[in-house]
Amino acid sequence: MPVLKGKELRIVGFLCNWCSYGGADTAGVGRFTQPTDLRIIRVPCSGRIDPLFIIKTLMNGADGVLVSGCHPRDCHYAEGNFYARRRLEVLHRFLPILGFEPGRFEYTWVSASEGQRWQQVVTRFTEQIHKLGPAPKIAGPEASKTLRQMEAAL
Amino acid sequence: MKIGVFVCHCGSNIEGTVDTAAVAAAAREFPGVAFATDTMYTCSEPGQEEIVTAIKEQQLDGVVVASCTPRMHEQTFRRTVERAGLNRYLFEMANIREHVSWIGKDREANTNKAIDLVRMSAAKLLHNRPLLSKKFEINKRVLIIGGGVAGIQAALDCAEGGLQVVLVEKTSSIGGKMAKLDKTFPTVDCSSCILGPRMVDVAQHPNITLHAYSEIDEVSGYVGNFEVKVKKKATYVDWKKCTGCGVCMTKCPSRKATDYFNEGIGKTTAINIPFPQAIPKKAKIDADFCMKLQKGKCGICEKICPTGCIDYSQQDEYVTEKVGAIIAATGFDLFDWTVYGEYGAGRYPDVITSLQYERMLSASGPTGGHIKRPSDGREPKNVVFIQCVGSRDKSVGRPYCTGFCCMYTAKQAILTKDHLPESRSYVFYMDIRATGKNYDEFTRRAMEEYDAKYIRGRVSMIYPKGDRLLVRGADTLMGTQVELDADLVVLAVGAQAAAGANQLAEKLRISYDSYGFYMEGHPKLKPVETNTAGVYLAGSCQGPKDIPSSVSQGSAAAAKVLGLFSKDKLESDPQVSMVDIKRCIGCGKCMKTCPFGAIKEIDFRGMKKAEVIETICQGCGICTSTCPQGAVQLQHFTDNQILSEVNALCQF
Repeated sequence: MPVLKGKELRIVGFLCNWCSYGGADTAGVGRFTQPTDLRIIRVPCSGRIDPLFIIKTLMNGADGVLVSGCHPRDCHYAEGNFYARRRLEVLHRFLPILGFEPGRFEYTWVSASEGQRWQQVVTRFTEQIHKLGPAPKIAGPEASKTLRQMEAAL
Repeated sequence: MKIGVFVCHCGSNIEGTVDTAAVAAAAREFPGVAFATDTMYTCSEPGQEEIVTAIKEQQLDGVVVASCTPRMHEQTFRRTVERAGLNRYLFEMANIREHVSWIGKDREANTNKAIDLVRMSAAKLLHNRPLLSKKFEINKRVLIIGGGVAGIQAALDCAEGGLQVVLVEKTSSIGGKMAKLDKTFPTVDCSSCILGPRMVDVAQHPNITLHAYSEIDEVSGYVGNFEVKVKKKATYVDWKKCTGCGVCMTKCPSRKATDYFNEGIGKTTAINIPFPQAIPKKAKIDADFCMKLQKGKCGICEKICPTGCIDYSQQDEYVTEKVGAIIAATGFDLFDWTVYGEYGAGRYPDVITSLQYERMLSASGPTGGHIKRPSDGREPKNVVFIQCVGSRDKSVGRPYCTGFCCMYTAKQAILTKDHLPESRSYVFYMDIRATGKNYDEFTRRAMEEYDAKYIRGRVSMIYPKGDRLLVRGADTLMGTQVELDADLVVLAVGAQAAAGANQLAEKLRISYDSYGFYMEGHPKLKPVETNTAGVYLAGSCQGPKDIPSSVSQGSAAAAKVLGLFSKDKLESDPQVSMVDIKRCIGCGKCMKTCPFGAIKEIDFRGMKKAEVIETICQGCGICTSTCPQGAVQLQHFTDNQILSEVNALCQF
């Protein structure tokens, strides 16, 4: 029972432990209501995120991927988010080449105190994904439709 | 693996919007899950006991708790599973409170999401491995950077606790800003009378090594084993021989050197001892003003010195200190008020800073304790104080409140009346922030007993009128404009991060906020620690503080260091990177990206390989995502673990 049919889309978040995961906690403590689509994976630092994780997530059928780390210059590990920024920016530009709509992936910076900002980020990103609709699936039960489209394009 | 899942109700916090029984039922179907239940309060004693019993009875070898955020109770439950005999890293948490039950009311969607989060945690747990900490030796010496009142307190407390202390001070005497003050609020105690004996204690304590006129050049190592290179700046005086007699100062012909201690009120000699109570009481030459060093002519001090300690050829010297912990107590600097054009931007000599005024009030200051206008030496009749200069002002990038200016302004208004009974003080203020013990009573006394006139409003313009100054401002309580003839204007200049604070932070690998103040570990619960193990904070380097708060934090930092050193060996966090030597191709990319220098190159049967120094590794995992071979893996956050979470969530 992965997603609630018709209600939710599959959105995965990769959040650094020190800032954004804390920010999401702060949003919870403040009872800032958010859409329920997002599932958060905790990583120690945004610099730990391999761009291949995001591609793998999208290839596995996620409709959107959101990455969030500490604000630049405020990294717990001094410079991890600088590495993250470079990698993710490159990834962002590569996604269309790989056949993913660029709007399905975004990265942002949210600090542990910015609960309200986290609420806005999640709400806006979820709306954006819902506007794009479900991503075309390349495996599983719905894959045949995508494959037909791809054949037609060729 | 046999996994046990415990879904917490957290009273009604989770159960209110999540069907925890359904979550537990769904969890029983996940791969590896042998046992699942829902409990009222998992973190309570009976709740923890239930986990321990289940581990023993069901022979579980992994536990998932679905409850609050791991930032809250991960440590608690790790200890619980450890009590039942499991390794503490065979445990995962699913955050179904902050990330689920508290952010939405749709019970169906929440339950579904909670099930997903548990599935994810269980999938990761299948890849968890037992991790063990290593023990390592520590060097029980402490380095304290900054010899202000916070650093002095920390040094004395550590030394009294039996530690060897290395105190490094940038200027030629310890004492910091407090040594410059005439009196302290709210008791109007003589500042140097209370600080002076402490400074002497520092000089005489057998456990304290003082490096004055020195700076931190390099810091390497990690908690327990830091190596710090200290640069001892050239003083051109052999301090081993100097007795501090001061004869050189009386004869030095270069009398126009900037007097830093007196905040530029008056001048001093090129060779000088900053103030009579200086510790160490040793002379140094200000090379910029010394005729011998600049032009090669003079040499009077060398001839006159009774101990022959002058050495014009002295060079900077470097010493390396090995310590186990570091306390940063670098204090603050005054805001550069000359950005305020409306206050004359430094054009009018009779507009001075509060610290300059403090030196003027001090009996050991350049005016011998007489209040004189810098322009003509006349005694002022009307003294106007302007508060919040470089505090609470977004337009100059200082939106924060310095916190102690309200108090010292009240003190200076009181002292002004004491020195000049005929004078009248006016104070322009925004709000009076007097929140300490006996503080508000003190500001009241300034108004009521000492007749200081407090005007709520900002000053818009200061301009000269004859030999006086005209101060124009608003009185927002009366709703009128005010114009005052002032003989002297004193600006209550706010505090900002000390010059060079950012560079030092980068050497210490601690973070600083947007104003340059050092970041504490947690704003409420870790006010003294930093996020770098073994580095602590004391005093205003963390944010503007008055003397009692600085002293408290100095003592608190000392207590932290004494606590750290109460063990003979430290345990390292096993969530560090490990290199798979078979996969490593020795490209060296991980060494370049590691922010901590925790990866070194080794020679393995003639091949270049990387090796992680476990005690330095902080566990960020930047190397893991850099390694083109997947050879470096951050333990507990390996590629396999993260990808198993992805797979648990997304399988079409």
